[in-house]
Amino acid sequence: MILRFVLRRCALAVPSLIGLLVLTFVLIRVVPSDPAAAMAGDAATPEQIAQLRHEYGLDRPVWEQFFVYAGKAVRLDFGESAFSHRPVALDIAQRLPATLELTFAAMAISIFLGVPLGVFAALRHNQWPDFALRMVSVLGVAVAAFWVAIMLQLLFAMELGWLPLRGELSVSVPPPVRLSGFLLVDSLLTGRFDAFGDGLAHLVLPAVTLALGGMASIVRFTRAGVLDTLQQDFVTYERAMGYRRMRLIWRYVLRNSVTATITQIGLLFGGLIAGGVVVEAIYDWPGIGSYTVNAILTGDHQVMLAVTLLIGVVYAVVNILTDLVHGLVDPRLMDRS
Amino acid sequence: MIPVLSVQGLKVSFRTDAGMASVLDDVGLTLERGQVLGVVGESGCGKSTLIRAIMGILPGAARVNAGQIVFEGENLLVFTERELNQQIRGSRIGFIPQDPLLSLNPVFKVGSQLLEIMRDHAPPGTSRADHIQRLVSLLRRLQVPGPDNALERYPHQFSGGQRQRLLIAAALACSPGLVIADEPTTALDVTTQHEILLLLRELVDELDISLLFVTHDLGVVAALCDTVCVIYAGQTVESGPVEAVLRAPSHPYTQALLACHPERSVSFTGIGGTVPSPLRMPTGCRFAPRCGYTEPICAVALPIATRRKSGADVRCVHSG
Repeated sequence: MILRFVLRRCALAVPSLIGLLVLTFVLIRVVPSDPAAAMAGDAATPEQIAQLRHEYGLDRPVWEQFFVYAGKAVRLDFGESAFSHRPVALDIAQRLPATLELTFAAMAISIFLGVPLGVFAALRHNQWPDFALRMVSVLGVAVAAFWVAIMLQLLFAMELGWLPLRGELSVSVPPPVRLSGFLLVDSLLTGRFDAFGDGLAHLVLPAVTLALGGMASIVRFTRAGVLDTLQQDFVTYERAMGYRRMRLIWRYVLRNSVTATITQIGLLFGGLIAGGVVVEAIYDWPGIGSYTVNAILTGDHQVMLAVTLLIGVVYAVVNILTDLVHGLVDPRLMDRS
Repeated sequence: MIPVLSVQGLKVSFRTDAGMASVLDDVGLTLERGQVLGVVGESGCGKSTLIRAIMGILPGAARVNAGQIVFEGENLLVFTERELNQQIRGSRIGFIPQDPLLSLNPVFKVGSQLLEIMRDHAPPGTSRADHIQRLVSLLRRLQVPGPDNALERYPHQFSGGQRQRLLIAAALACSPGLVIADEPTTALDVTTQHEILLLLRELVDELDISLLFVTHDLGVVAALCDTVCVIYAGQTVESGPVEAVLRAPSHPYTQALLACHPERSVSFTGIGGTVPSPLRMPTGCRFAPRCGYTEPICAVALPIATRRKSGADVRCVHSG
């Protein structure tokens, strides 16, 4: 049953991915700058540009270009970065783990703080903890990440000196042998606890910065969900039958309350990867975000394309996972499909 | 012999924006062991509040101002929340809720929910395997289809009548002395209603439990109950043996209720007027504004209940 459910969702994701391919293709076509000219540089002669155009197939019919493009995209062949002169896919594969590590850390912080705080706010509905949390979560959504990042850097790195200012690892610490590409995982696997500790210290500020906005929305959605569930007949019934309060809230009420929170977490995950761009740039985090900023600033089309597609695929995968988690939390959904 | 449940002079009020609303004002009832007591009244007369007060699950805005609730010789009003959870709810008092479709937690297996109750309330020394065995045999007795794997299924995989049987099994799981049923058949269709009522009556006789049955349907009272307690606007107006009260009702409200019953009434007249708001109760008899026999004294003096020849206790100045 679960397998059928997942396969169905995967099949449903295919059209949106095709749509994404078409859209990105059209986008490169309508961008005013000529990719061939950009690659050739300012000093290039018209002949050199034409040569490049031919080399990249930019002089072929549009539909043919699309199929070449789509075929390559499916094989993860995004060509070379115009600036690093390495295959884009390789660059991305190297930098993706750092971004994922940051994203997962931010996710974990926002879920493990956001959900309990949301429940707490709901249980103290219209009392001061509820008001305080509501205010904080409005701030969390409203305050810009770059401002928070700079404030945290000023306080914890510059003023107090508790945490490193930027980067993924101190220069004095040699990086662990690369196995999975995830710094913390690799340092654990290779027994490099010094690198693990140092990496973790570097992770704190960017992860907290990235987590704040998500945590605020998780608090709000969880609070609303729990408040709604507490009104349900089955909660009265469970109280009447002597369910222990802690188990009633954290098991029986919570599981009914997290539908909207799960949707929100799914959206956040995609948003964090995209939104991490700013945070990565400020903290000099060696992930996809800083790579993308660089690509945008230098007009590196291949990289922009590949990153756009990557984020699209991440959204699609996260959507499937979100649906699956929904189905696992609420068996009625699984039966209906 | 002491009664299983005795409620005396119970007063409950709710804090509202418009002031204190007195929802229960001098409610009393007595339930003898092995009997079925019907609590009857219109919507809004305080039936649900009465049940919640007995189980100690009144909402935060409610206060018990006076009275006592004595269950098997112990005054429940002095119990703490923790004591009620450990010693009373789910174990010695079982509860059958009004709407079987909304009262089971939709995202947990039936087994998780029923076993959660037994986990905390079954006799000490019994294992989870014992609990499962007990539940399966109860489900078989209650004619739930597929009793052996019913615990592995989710509530939405059962019909309304089947879910009510599951809830009855939950109420009986820890062999309670008292079962409180809150209009357990109103959400069901008529044939299912009838089956559930028959089943409840059988179970009362078979398992030696006492049943407090809340309803607005006097037909159900006649079919199921031994004694009846009629509540109007938060007060007990007439109580006694079912034959006495239904055959020769003394209080004008009971008479009016009986006259409204579809099987008895000639036309659908109903009772004129509405139940008074708990914020603005009449000073005298609360039924006076809607009563056909009102005398000047009814508007000023609240009558006290007196025993009538029929054997019923009636709160009315007219001697019946």
